[in-house]
Amino acid sequence: MSMTSTTTAAVPESAQASAAAAKRAARRRIASVWAGRIGLAVIAIGGWQACTTWGVVDPFFFGQPSGIAKRLVDLFQHGTEFGSFYSNIWTTIQEALIGFAVGALAGVVFGVALGQSRFLSDVLGPYIKMVNAIPRIVLGSIFIVAFGIGVLPKILLAAVLVFFIVFFNAFQGVREVDRNILANAKVLGASQTQIIRHVIVPSALTWIIASLHSAFGFAIVGALVGEVLGAQSGLGLVIKTAQNNFDPNGVFATMLVISVIVLGAEWLIGKLERRLLAWRPPAPSESNVL
Amino acid sequence: MAAVSNHTASRRADRAEREDARIEISGLTKRFLTPGGELFTALRDVTFTVEPGQFCAVVGPTGCGKSTTLSMVSGLDRPSEGSVKVGGREVDGITDGVSFMFQADALLPWKTVLGNVLMGPVFRGVPKQEAHASARDWLRRVGLTGFEDRYPHQLSGGMRKRVAMAAALINEPKILIMDEPFGALDVQTKAIMSTELLSLWEQIRPSVIFITHDLDEAVALADRVVVMTSSPGSVKAVFDIDLPRPRGSVQEIRFQPRFTELQHQIWDTLREEVERAYARTAGGTA
Repeated sequence: MSMTSTTTAAVPESAQASAAAAKRAARRRIASVWAGRIGLAVIAIGGWQACTTWGVVDPFFFGQPSGIAKRLVDLFQHGTEFGSFYSNIWTTIQEALIGFAVGALAGVVFGVALGQSRFLSDVLGPYIKMVNAIPRIVLGSIFIVAFGIGVLPKILLAAVLVFFIVFFNAFQGVREVDRNILANAKVLGASQTQIIRHVIVPSALTWIIASLHSAFGFAIVGALVGEVLGAQSGLGLVIKTAQNNFDPNGVFATMLVISVIVLGAEWLIGKLERRLLAWRPPAPSESNVL
Repeated sequence: MAAVSNHTASRRADRAEREDARIEISGLTKRFLTPGGELFTALRDVTFTVEPGQFCAVVGPTGCGKSTTLSMVSGLDRPSEGSVKVGGREVDGITDGVSFMFQADALLPWKTVLGNVLMGPVFRGVPKQEAHASARDWLRRVGLTGFEDRYPHQLSGGMRKRVAMAAALINEPKILIMDEPFGALDVQTKAIMSTELLSLWEQIRPSVIFITHDLDEAVALADRVVVMTSSPGSVKAVFDIDLPRPRGSVQEIRFQPRFTELQHQIWDTLREEVERAYARTAGGTA
């Protein structure tokens, strides 16, 4: 430590110069990345706008960026025929969040339980694989038939989709627990609950958190599909209505709102991840990506 | 200081209680079913005794079932035949008052240094304040004061070993089991850690079973060296090391004539086994 500080003190000028050069290079890189990003967006959206304006593509079928923007403002200002746009957004968020929480919790509990017990996992393993092979979106129809067109079937569908993702990750995470650490905790006198709390769950957490990122996307998909199948409120219903009215701009506008919701959730999960996994050594790739 | 001498006094007082730190391994046999469905004998009829407070090193070629023996002493594994008795009582489930140190780190990467050392007392239900005080005390003893809040990945290999040592000794175990604890360290760090281990061991005097490949290390540290044969593992010879204690620096003891003499004696016994084990693996690959 003292060695490096003395060398930097001994040659301050060249060190400062090279540090400034490195900073300049980093700034240049960031600037060019942003230029690339914005340029790409301008080309994609501008191209779409141009093609629809010049009649290469019919905006009646494929929408138009300016039309989408107008429709979006209209939706927020005048709402829909089934309540304000905000209340529809809230319905979908609610369904997705509750479904996400229920599915994730159940996934963790089952994953940890089955990952621990050889017997349970041997008995239930084939059934879980079978259920996982079912196209679960279809379950939405069953839930609607069974539970009506309220929020419950959407929550259930979202929860089912989330459950399997989180479950498989938690299960794998428990299986990957270091044998030495486990043996050490046992020898130190840990009880089974202490082992779960201090060793297994923290170890599986890396896997579980990683699965939560994709799981929230699936929670939204579950809620939306449920709403498209039958609902009184929600963004899925907005999309379905727009579809029935031959209004692609309405579909795209709602899609935009949904992606903002998912990005927001992603950001929150990212924060949670950094908080819970603060102990991890920084991965070399993490420092310069995003 | 006063607290420490108090400790030693109480420890002498229950010298009788320390009789339960005797490890008697008799007729220990362990067979495994290989994935191919064959019966593989890892250990056959292993018998040796570790007296209370004795430092016993086990040396032998790779794959002679040393680690398997240890897991049966700690109660993590069950013997196929024979028995392990600790303090006259047969091992059945996790042996009480045992600590383990592995070659690989068994530190929890998600706990800080302090959290890792705290594990022993926490698992035993020691009140929080008392546990913290003794964890800090042990970190001081291994020279890691000021590193309480670091995570294991922020430490060097030698420092991680010290944390593991503090974590293993904080419960003041009557038996300390070490499976090549310093195997992954460089030579200098290994010598320093061995010396530190000796001084800590002299403070609380658990019975130690110490597995190593390094014969020098075994002779420098131990009171008794058990030489094992390979596949199936069995005891070939037992040597008592009569080098005086306290031994001080592990590096310096190597130059004593008695050390060299003992080292040669044991090596003569061990060499044959090592060569046999080597010939077998080399023959297998050729």
